[in-house]
Amino acid sequence: MSALQATAIVLWLGLTTYAVFGGADFGAGIWDLAAGGSERGLRPRALIADAIGPVWEANHTWLIFDLVILQTAFPPAFAAIMSTLFVPLCLAALGIVLRGAAFAFRPLATGYAGRRAAGAIFAASSFVTPFFLGAAGGAIASGRVPVGNAVGDPWSSWLNPTSVLIGALAVATCAYLAAVFLVFDARRQDPDLVAYFLRRATLAAVVAGALAVAGIVVLRVDAPSLADELTRRGWPLVLASGLLGTAALLLLRRNAPRGTRSLAVGAVVAVVWGWGLAQYPDILPGELSLADAAAPAGSLDALLIVFVLAALLIAPSLALLYLLDQRSRLSGHGLGSDVATNVTTAGLPSEGGNSKT
Amino acid sequence: MVPAVPAELLAARAQMAFTLGFHIILACLGVALPTIVLIANAIGLRRHDPAALLLARRWSTVMAVTFAVGAVTGTVLSFEMGLLWPVLMGRFGGAFGIPFAVEGLFFFLEAIFIAIYIYGWRHLSPRAHLLSGLPVAISGIGGTFSVVAANAWMNQPAGFVLGPDGRVVTVAPLEVIFNRATVYEVPHMLLAAYMVTGFLLASVYAVGLLRGRADRYVRLGFVIPFILAVVAAPLQVVVGDIAARSVLADQPAKFAAMELITRTGPRQPETLGGILVDGQVVGGIQVPDVASLLAGFSPDTVITGLDAIPVDQQPPASIVHLSWDAMVGLGTLLVLLGLWSLFLRWRRRDYATTRWFLRAAALSGVAAVVAMEAGWIVTEVGRQPWIVYLVLRTTDAVTHSAGVEATFVAVVGLYAALGIGLLVALGGLARRWAAQDAAAGGRAGVAGDDAVPYGPADRTGGAAG
Repeated sequence: MSALQATAIVLWLGLTTYAVFGGADFGAGIWDLAAGGSERGLRPRALIADAIGPVWEANHTWLIFDLVILQTAFPPAFAAIMSTLFVPLCLAALGIVLRGAAFAFRPLATGYAGRRAAGAIFAASSFVTPFFLGAAGGAIASGRVPVGNAVGDPWSSWLNPTSVLIGALAVATCAYLAAVFLVFDARRQDPDLVAYFLRRATLAAVVAGALAVAGIVVLRVDAPSLADELTRRGWPLVLASGLLGTAALLLLRRNAPRGTRSLAVGAVVAVVWGWGLAQYPDILPGELSLADAAAPAGSLDALLIVFVLAALLIAPSLALLYLLDQRSRLSGHGLGSDVATNVTTAGLPSEGGNSKT
Repeated sequence: MVPAVPAELLAARAQMAFTLGFHIILACLGVALPTIVLIANAIGLRRHDPAALLLARRWSTVMAVTFAVGAVTGTVLSFEMGLLWPVLMGRFGGAFGIPFAVEGLFFFLEAIFIAIYIYGWRHLSPRAHLLSGLPVAISGIGGTFSVVAANAWMNQPAGFVLGPDGRVVTVAPLEVIFNRATVYEVPHMLLAAYMVTGFLLASVYAVGLLRGRADRYVRLGFVIPFILAVVAAPLQVVVGDIAARSVLADQPAKFAAMELITRTGPRQPETLGGILVDGQVVGGIQVPDVASLLAGFSPDTVITGLDAIPVDQQPPASIVHLSWDAMVGLGTLLVLLGLWSLFLRWRRRDYATTRWFLRAAALSGVAAVVAMEAGWIVTEVGRQPWIVYLVLRTTDAVTHSAGVEATFVAVVGLYAALGIGLLVALGGLARRWAAQDAAAGGRAGVAGDDAVPYGPADRTGGAAG
């Protein structure tokens, strides 16, 4: 395997990881948005905040990881994407700022109104950000991002049937993934909510499935070359994604939770790699190949070394974090509630996870 | 003839300067606050001091909040490198991106261990908890190194070869990271981070002392960050002096702008204040020969003037010069503040009752932030019109996408809200803690919701969560 292929794989691994961890994180925020009034939504929101509290920064670091690999390993592709897709990526960045800031401030807000405003911003930006990122992905996949400085159309590149569909699919997938995870969390922390999140997982799965089926038609008409590549090379993975997602849901509904999270994650992984296979060996389909976009060997080698170091240092650290998080939540003290109790006084209602203890 | 400046260039530069100027304050806190938290934590454990432990715990909450906001504003910068400067990244990403990749590694570690450290207050043994904070402080330093190395590369680009078509054909990663400017920019920024954080935190407790609260908790809260900052301040003078002389050698246009030197030659005066109008220095005080003396230890030292730099390669000298004066002036005052505290100690006077000293200390945080921002303006504006010194002009690097004016306006509004939100949140924390201390009868840390999790009595190492 060449350094070029290895770097491309690392890029796609980063993308996959962001789709899974960032996706579940966005999805949890989507369910926060859909949790209804403050009275009714209190318990689901507490569970959600507890689930993502300690890990949300780590989850979104994968996005930076991807941006850095793309700009260092495939600079012309990065320049083309960031300039042509200026509008959706600015909106995605806006969503990330609002979301992160609101989530950080929410447990600190003293008044009810402040906490509610922060919560609303957090939830709404969780909904729109994956849409813009998905739409940008759709623009790339359907060959609408030409090489150069803002050469592509600033609007029709991402406001077209394929991009909008993929954006919507991204939102539905995030929601599905998060709901599956939250069913699992609810089982341990707040069993009453199991059925609640199970209904939502089903709903998200149905929506995602419907969008995927609609996508077969839309892509045929709007992005025939992408549709061709998907049916020629990507189809086993796309099919696997559908099967895994359905299997996870069926198992959950039969109250057999073992392995459901892995199946749901597998569904997301399969669809991301299906996309990658479909457009290989291009980085901008029909416009720019990986080889033509690649930085010199020195850059790729440096990136691969950093990646190995990251794997050696970050993987065990991250494992430690998730392990401590799981262990403490078993004992009734999540990391999320730690942060919250660290900053709220006793007696103040907190959405940060105190309510369950 | 200076080429016309496109509107999107002005908007893009304004947006980059604004978002970076905002982020850099949070970045300083992210770098230096972990060290201060760990010092307080270690003192608390070693001396069985509940006040120090309570400070460590509360500061770690501030650390977590500012880190979260800094993570967000840092992500924005990652986007902006491409959104605003696609040509810079498209042409030089293969070289310029490498230090950012290293930075990503440190940032990731910092994010993970901050979460573990916050968690550890309740669930880890005191020793394990203290140890879990070490990677936070170390990765903060590593992150500074990487990101400042990237900036240093823009000032002294190295480690790449351009092909005939202008594309980068080979890259030597270590030469990119360890370029000529890295050796002086990195320590300069690192010390600045410790000064900004130390003085900012100390100024909060100086206000507390001025208001008449002088228990051990407030005194420690002042002393720990203050000592760190006043130790960093004189070191910064030495590092800054080396940096300035290196800039004279490496970037003569920047140095000429810093010192408002119009004509090449020896016996250059040091100009304090003043601006450049039509190539002439207007206003300010000129001290004969001092610029030459400082630059080469001799009045005969020849310094390149702006007359030797083509007009279309000159930075806007007045801004650079005034910022330079502001940084050096404020930095000097901060060193004097440190000497004042030594003098008080020598005369065995209690600093906590010396009101003029406390007033000066209460202003030191703002002074350190302004000095740091001014220094950042010197290095960034002083490099103009280049984005990569002598290789790529800023005007050639900017996006051709329309709408940067709109995003600039949006970003100013958004960041204003973010800044206010952060201040309100931190103010709320301070009030809540003050209320807890009052409820505990003025003795912090003995009762209340956030009584120290493990304390002096708990010497066996078990967590008393």
